[in-house]
Amino acid sequence: MSSTTQRNAGQTWLIRGARPAGGPSADLLLSDGRIAEVGSGLSAPAGAQVLDATGLIALPGLVDLHTHLREPGREDAETVETGTRAAALGGYTAVHAMANTDPVADTAGVVEQIWRLGREAGLCDVRPVGAVTVGLGGAQLAELGAMADSAARVRVFSDDGRCVSDAALMRRALEYVKAFDGVIAQHAQEPRLTDGAQMNEGEMSGLLGLSGWPAVAEEAIIARDCLLTAHVGSALHICHVSTAGSVEIIRWAKAKGWRVTAEVTPHHLLLTDDLAASYDPVFKVNPPLRTRADVEALRAALADGTIDCVATDHAPHPVEDKETEWQVAAFGMTGLETALRVVHAAMVETGLLDWAGVADRMSVRPAAIGQLNGGTEARGSDGPGGAAPLHGRALEPGAPASLVLYDAAARSTIDPAQQASRSRNTPFAGLELPGQVVATFLRGAPTVLDGKLAR
Amino acid sequence: MTHALQPGAGSPAAAGARLARSVPLPGGKIVLEPDEISRVLTRIAHEILERTNGGADVVLLGIPTRGVPLARRLAAKLTQVEGRPAPAGSLDITMYRDDLRLRPARRLGHTSVPASGIDGKTVVLVDDVLYSGRTVRAALDALSDIGRPRAVQLAVLVDRGHRELPIRADYVGKNLPTSQRELVQVLLAETDGQDAVIVGPGGSRAGGQDSTGQPGQPGEASR
Amino acid sequence: MKRHLISAADLSRDDALLILDTAEELAQVADRPIRKLPTLRGRTVVNLFYEDSTRTRISFEAAAKRLSADVINFSAKGSSVAKGESLKDTALTLEAMGADAVVIRHPASGAPRRLANWVRGSVVNAGDGTHEHPTQALLDAFTMRRRLGRLEGLRVTIVGDVLHSRVARSNVLLLRTLGADVTLVAPPTLLPVAVSTWPCEVSYDLSGTLPKSDVVMMLRVQAERMTAAYFPTVREYSRRYGLDAGRMALLPDHAIVMHPGPMNRGVEIAAEVADSSRSTIVEQVANGVSVRMAVLYLLLSGAGSALDEIGLGAAPAETQIAGVTAR
Repeated sequence: MSSTTQRNAGQTWLIRGARPAGGPSADLLLSDGRIAEVGSGLSAPAGAQVLDATGLIALPGLVDLHTHLREPGREDAETVETGTRAAALGGYTAVHAMANTDPVADTAGVVEQIWRLGREAGLCDVRPVGAVTVGLGGAQLAELGAMADSAARVRVFSDDGRCVSDAALMRRALEYVKAFDGVIAQHAQEPRLTDGAQMNEGEMSGLLGLSGWPAVAEEAIIARDCLLTAHVGSALHICHVSTAGSVEIIRWAKAKGWRVTAEVTPHHLLLTDDLAASYDPVFKVNPPLRTRADVEALRAALADGTIDCVATDHAPHPVEDKETEWQVAAFGMTGLETALRVVHAAMVETGLLDWAGVADRMSVRPAAIGQLNGGTEARGSDGPGGAAPLHGRALEPGAPASLVLYDAAARSTIDPAQQASRSRNTPFAGLELPGQVVATFLRGAPTVLDGKLAR
Repeated sequence: MTHALQPGAGSPAAAGARLARSVPLPGGKIVLEPDEISRVLTRIAHEILERTNGGADVVLLGIPTRGVPLARRLAAKLTQVEGRPAPAGSLDITMYRDDLRLRPARRLGHTSVPASGIDGKTVVLVDDVLYSGRTVRAALDALSDIGRPRAVQLAVLVDRGHRELPIRADYVGKNLPTSQRELVQVLLAETDGQDAVIVGPGGSRAGGQDSTGQPGQPGEASR
Repeated sequence: MKRHLISAADLSRDDALLILDTAEELAQVADRPIRKLPTLRGRTVVNLFYEDSTRTRISFEAAAKRLSADVINFSAKGSSVAKGESLKDTALTLEAMGADAVVIRHPASGAPRRLANWVRGSVVNAGDGTHEHPTQALLDAFTMRRRLGRLEGLRVTIVGDVLHSRVARSNVLLLRTLGADVTLVAPPTLLPVAVSTWPCEVSYDLSGTLPKSDVVMMLRVQAERMTAAYFPTVREYSRRYGLDAGRMALLPDHAIVMHPGPMNRGVEIAAEVADSSRSTIVEQVANGVSVRMAVLYLLLSGAGSALDEIGLGAAPAETQIAGVTAR
């Protein structure tokens, strides 16, 4: 932890009148990096700062299982510093940084570098994701054990950006990580069915003359990997699920009791492929935006828990990679700063999920999958007292004081120029969304106050 | 495909000249009745024969819209008198107008030059109203891109004055001094179901505006 | 104001007929000693061609010059990885030069739509990737009407690589707008997945469709666009979907054969068919100039475009995204 954070960790905070997980108002006393007390009419101890949070929803700090921080290699798009700023402003206290950097995060050295950059920035815990294969080449397993043993304590491994398409290699990876309770997070995309693909294959792609990315290319890989996971007795996490068919397969696999978890992005909960009609590459993403029916199925799946969590797949790109013709534009959308608000619009305003559910899908479950909730993690010396950093715990006495205060009554229009991310490629530009993150606390020290960065 | 197929606003398109039929100008006064119109056309036909050596090598070209039926009527009368068919056609001048950029692009009228052509011929341009003279100027430019007539003459049903260019008609049905605040409307049986020349109150020829001299016909050339 | 012609879907029935009727009038210019009209004098038309296409570029150039416009040819043979930054920068340069119209041919679908965001003039799509080629569809419709006297109820069969054909897309849209009945014939691999939602019929049997066709349009089998396995061999494709003399005999007496060019003689069309009296391939070229003159005239001659106001290329309208209102 940075020295600033250590200093601030000493500061006691009394948060007045917040609504934990959307429930009845309560006061929260934060002290020594933990929630010391929860109750009504708490009195402020001497030297405590008081924050009037009347009416604000309080959630455990959000945990993102899928972010691209671009450092090392593409600092023109984002750095760990700017990315974690965006994360904090979005209410996140922990993010998993994907491995498709340059150099690829496929060795202990690179993952430790990223981990250290996160600690130095001190805005949000950064958990590096390790690559499954060397250089994301899909041919040879990376040194998964070394990455697990490193100071970064990698537990989630992914070739995201690419699919581990070789069935034999995927099997080996699933088997190998059992030794250290790792989980393989698969970017499901059969490469042979998506050669040159630009957008969802369907009515729209036929009209627009853009090469199609069929749903079956995602579903076939998910089905295969669920079966493999069951066969070898491992754990599988599926990145950015995007189709109704994928949802059905995951539901079936879970019903069998197999250890399969899944995530969905905020944009797949809100946007559809007819936005491509403008040919504006801000809507170009992998996996692509799909149809209305897919959006409905994903929402229902997140509501009933078939999809475990929301993960942003925050993918910043510089202007010259996005302000082009569709074909040559990069795939990806930013998402850290808008995630909670989009989930608010797509799930809470539609009555599909309450705030307790949001806490579960955006903090508790992702923390469990990433093993940040102290479940099996015993080693590490990141927090005060030598305990491992904890996220995704209910807002109760003893839990780490990592939380977000959110004004559900606010509304505003998204302006990319106002965002902290170095990149501007948000598909929500010009859209009016509900809510606003008012404050974010990381282990008792504020990273965001009054809607702005606190440091 | 789910693109909406727009039915579109505006008058139906047509190959050739299908026109919006005009109704008589409200508050207007008839200054030429059908029988008078017939008489002046007969007189013009005789004048043409007089001044062109019996109509030899004469080609009548009507300027759309109403110049065309007038040219046909004149041709019929010439044929009647001389016993030999007089070639008639139409000459659309839209592409040669000097005021194209004042309004959205205009629908073209139909051009049909008789097979005998215009080289070495006496072309008689036929129009309903002569006003500023710009239409005729455009017609002269159009003719010079089609061929080289020996001579060009102009026949109009009505000359309402207010020339803006040094243009004059060789044959005039009726001289009709008007104020620029008035509108002159020509109705013909072929296009409007009746023959009449009407003068009535109407818009002025303000700067930058196209002076049609005729109401309700946005595609008409300025005279 | 509809400033651009980017997709055949941009055209209402009235718009399309207006263009065809105007082209009919302008076709006469080709037969005159002075093949020129003064109408677009002082206007600048830029030909922005990112793909090799001498034929289409010359057609647009002739059309613009016959209307006395100034023509600037910009030929940028971009590779497939050329970044669009050059497209935007090029657009800004054209703006500075005061281009009244930009005629663009580009290998990326949607490039004209993007360009329209960056220039104030009119954008005319001369072919974008596998998306559309509206002036081709217009000259095809013009040709059909001239030869057969009508478009309403005409039975048009389009044969070939529909999946990758911008000509097919534009023709299906435009012919439908003009009241013709379209049938697509192709192997299943060369039809888009959602073709059943298109306003046309689909068949895999060419010989069965020909006796019921007034027009057969053969599409070029585009070897350069295909990666693999759309059909086993050229021989098999030709045998099943090629128009040879034997198949041509199945056509009704009045039926015509069309091809947007360039042809693969012996693959999709036999030499004797291409050279027969049914073939309109040569007159399609002349008709292309007249139709493009009509398009340029209607877009550029007046204070604004003569085409229906649909608001394309203007500020984005309110959109509803899954219940969330956008501005």
